[in-house]
Amino acid sequence: MTALQLSQWQFGITTVYHFLFVPITLGTVWLVAGFQTAWYRTGKVKYLQLTKFFGKLFLINFAMGVVTGIVQEFQFGMNWSEYSRFVGDVFGAPLAMEGLLAFFLESTFLGLWIFGWDRLPKRLHLATIWLAAAGTAFSAYFILAANAFMQHPVGFTYDESLQRAVLTDIFAVLFQNTAWIAFLHTLAASFLVAGALLAGISGWMLFKNRQVDVFRSSAKLGAWVILISAVVVSVSGDMDMKIMVQQQPMKVAAAEALYSTQENAPFSILSVGDVSGDSATAIMEVPGLLSFLATGTWDGPDSTVQGIDDLQAEYQATYGPGDYIPYVPITYWGFRLMIGLGMIAALYALWALFAMRGGRVPRSRFFAVASTWILFFPLFGISFGWIFTEMGRQPWIVFGQQLVSEGGSPLLSTTEVWLSMIGFTLLYAVLAILEVALMLKYIKAGAPEPQDVVTDPYGDAQKDDDKQLYFAY
Amino acid sequence: MDLQTVWFILVAVLWIGYFVLDGFDLGVGMLLPIIGKDDLRRRVMINSIATVWDGNEVWLLVAGGATFAAFPLWYATMFSGFYLALFLVLVGLILRGIGLEYRGKRNSDSWRRRMDWMITVGSALPALLFGVAFGNVISGTPIEPLAGTPAGTDFAVNAMSLNYTGNLFTLLNPFSLLVGLMTLTVFMAHGAIFLALKTSGEVRDAARSVALKIGLAAAVAAVGALLWAQAFSGRVAVTLPLALIAAVLWLGALFMTMRGRDGWAFILSTATIAFAVTEMFVGLFPNVMVSSTDALYNLTVYNSSSQSYTLTVMTIVAAVMTPIVLIYQGWTFWVFRKRISTSMIPPQPESGRADDRYAGVGR
Ligand code: HDD
Ligand code: HEM
Ligand code: HEM
Repeated sequence: MTALQLSQWQFGITTVYHFLFVPITLGTVWLVAGFQTAWYRTGKVKYLQLTKFFGKLFLINFAMGVVTGIVQEFQFGMNWSEYSRFVGDVFGAPLAMEGLLAFFLESTFLGLWIFGWDRLPKRLHLATIWLAAAGTAFSAYFILAANAFMQHPVGFTYDESLQRAVLTDIFAVLFQNTAWIAFLHTLAASFLVAGALLAGISGWMLFKNRQVDVFRSSAKLGAWVILISAVVVSVSGDMDMKIMVQQQPMKVAAAEALYSTQENAPFSILSVGDVSGDSATAIMEVPGLLSFLATGTWDGPDSTVQGIDDLQAEYQATYGPGDYIPYVPITYWGFRLMIGLGMIAALYALWALFAMRGGRVPRSRFFAVASTWILFFPLFGISFGWIFTEMGRQPWIVFGQQLVSEGGSPLLSTTEVWLSMIGFTLLYAVLAILEVALMLKYIKAGAPEPQDVVTDPYGDAQKDDDKQLYFAY
Repeated sequence: MDLQTVWFILVAVLWIGYFVLDGFDLGVGMLLPIIGKDDLRRRVMINSIATVWDGNEVWLLVAGGATFAAFPLWYATMFSGFYLALFLVLVGLILRGIGLEYRGKRNSDSWRRRMDWMITVGSALPALLFGVAFGNVISGTPIEPLAGTPAGTDFAVNAMSLNYTGNLFTLLNPFSLLVGLMTLTVFMAHGAIFLALKTSGEVRDAARSVALKIGLAAAVAAVGALLWAQAFSGRVAVTLPLALIAAVLWLGALFMTMRGRDGWAFILSTATIAFAVTEMFVGLFPNVMVSSTDALYNLTVYNSSSQSYTLTVMTIVAAVMTPIVLIYQGWTFWVFRKRISTSMIPPQPESGRADDRYAGVGR
């Protein structure tokens, strides 16, 4: 394998890994903030118990998000130096803004939240978790705007003498529809994941008959969060599809393995055979559905969806000879797994709400097993969403501007990338074990009992110098 | 002043921020086996930085991000060139972060031992390697155009094809290792000075005596490195005084430590770091990476910067955001200003349980 291919693998592995923790952070932080607000407003201890319980899980996860994120920040320069040179003028700006506007906010206020229970008045302490939550959302927005530039570059010109892209309009980069729709879609998908985390863990607790009153609230909330986000995810995904057909028609065609241009283009739910050619046989095909997703019309000339072969010919005419077709099996299956795995969570949510109707507590073993596993469906769904988005952009690193093959670090040796890739992979594997072990430990421990939570830790702590700390590592 | 110079200064400021703030976190991490004789002391040390380390580390991310935005060619050349060294820095930062956050989350001696080890190694690696990297940036490394660069390319205008052509071992030269030794020891002493300020009782006493011992070693390394750095400085008339001021400030910090004036000691060691970094950046300007192959191939603030539109946008963002960040980060330090001692550490880590709080003092 070449250094470039290894870099691709390394980037893929580390990014997908980073994004296992990110969606949990992005969604759960708001839910924890919500619990704490509910406690602040109503004074009911169960909300404080939930704040502490899910807050702890959130923090275990957050630490992983932080340490894997640093790797992402450095990798552009380390493995993709030609890319960084080419687009740094444009791409560096949102990245730097992310640090200044988002990372400082989330890390500082999370520190205040973790250790500030007895240092800050209740209200101010509550504000810290909301500010941290805002920080995570800003962070997502900026990085998604940067990513959107790679999907649909805008707001720049190519400078002949410098041989690189030069920023001309920062607002176009930050606020193009590709960016904010991706933000909506990703954030909604993250809430889907967080809802599944809440509902799944709570469902299991209910089955075990532990702290039923407490976990019934969070199970219900989780289920509702899943349902609402499923709607938002679908609506925003549909919007995404409609702009993608303008901006990256090849990705749309690859999502359906549609080789020839068609009106009334069908959408196959599943298929058998090799989709990287015309030989696959669709099972359960819905006529016109792809056309509808992509264009909003089922039939007629307006419903035309361009096929892979025609686009390939068109791109060769525009960009010169070359292969402009992404690896179709991944886009085809990635797209379906994204939707399918995510929507399974919605089915679970309906089931959970049904099982809890009118004060009931679900007791079936089947439901408990489903609860144990439900988190992983949307979590893997969201990964497949990214794998689809990123692999569907291939062979471009910046669509229409730079190929992946031109973006690597030219003098990197295979040995160097092997070393780092093996290093990261082993380290990440060990970290995964540590993190899962801790998660399980704290899930099994359950929420702290009412007599164990201090409902008013702020008090005379500031005055009394030698008092034991309320919370310490 | 042109925008490139403004951003050169801003990048220097971000590095100063990082070295001052995360410098003491790294120092405390490295001192864990030295000052942390028992678990209670180690917990005092960890809790002295636990509230702020993540926010401090963001200074590094922003320094990196700002370099990317303002000097993309510098970012690309340095990060791809110093590949394995940066990989090790990343490994260190990962180990340290996880160690700090996970240590108290499981009640087992072997778990804590492992996490302590991760914190210490994870702090030492970056502390050493940042210095090594800086040493190489200022003393020069093999930087050359890629094969196939058209003859007659004016690198002062277009430095796109300039790349680092050495390897990891090229970086491990005597001067750079000395700079690495300087950052390692200075951060250790800075961490001890911070501990003396943030704790009371036995940990503070131990921190003060360690600060003096390591501080003297650091003084030797620093004087050596800063004097040697004059050989690479573009303007000795300015950098030599800066180096001398840094040295004097450092001795002042040690003196204040001896007198038990922890606050002053910390201010002075902070100032030392600021002056030492300034010395290096002033000596470097207008270069950002020196080529040991040919001065024609130097990366400068002009041939590796973004264009004026990006720099203007980023200047506005930085001018608005930096003061806000400084205010709320400063406020965090104020909120957690109380000195910590072993008697204030609750018996059970991570719990915030009602009975801990009223369980009386100590164990
Ligand atoms: C949609 C959201 C999203 C996406 C696509 C990414 N990240 Fe991320 N990242 C976050 C959302 C996020 C977050 C929610 O803000 C995290 C997760 C947990 C955390 O601590 O903050 C984070 C952490 C995080 C950190 C540590 C911040 C700290 O110390 O507080 C860095 C440096 C990055 N990320 C950088 C990146 C880069 C360079 C990415 C592109 C490949 C990337 N992230 C993808
Ligand atoms: C928004 C931030 C992101 C940015 C700026 C970004 C950037 C990049 C870059 C530069 C590449 C090119 C390298 C290559 O083609 O291999 C890439 C590829 C890729 N990215 Fe992303 N990415 C982002 C988010 C994500 C996320 C969140 C995931 C998944 C969880 C992801 C998964 C992938 C995958 C699977 C590849 C393909 C790797 C390969 O080619 O083998 N990306 N991305
Ligand atoms: C009806 C349902 C859905 C539709 C129509 C849909 C559509 C899309 C489309 C068209 C893209 C590609 C965007 C681009 O490359 O420009 C995308 C990306 C993505 N999808 Fe979905 N999606 C759906 C459901 C889901 C679900 C359930 C999840 C999560 C479990 C999810 C997670 C993602 C993620 C993380 C991305 C990458 C980020 C982005 O580009 O927005 N999607 N989706």
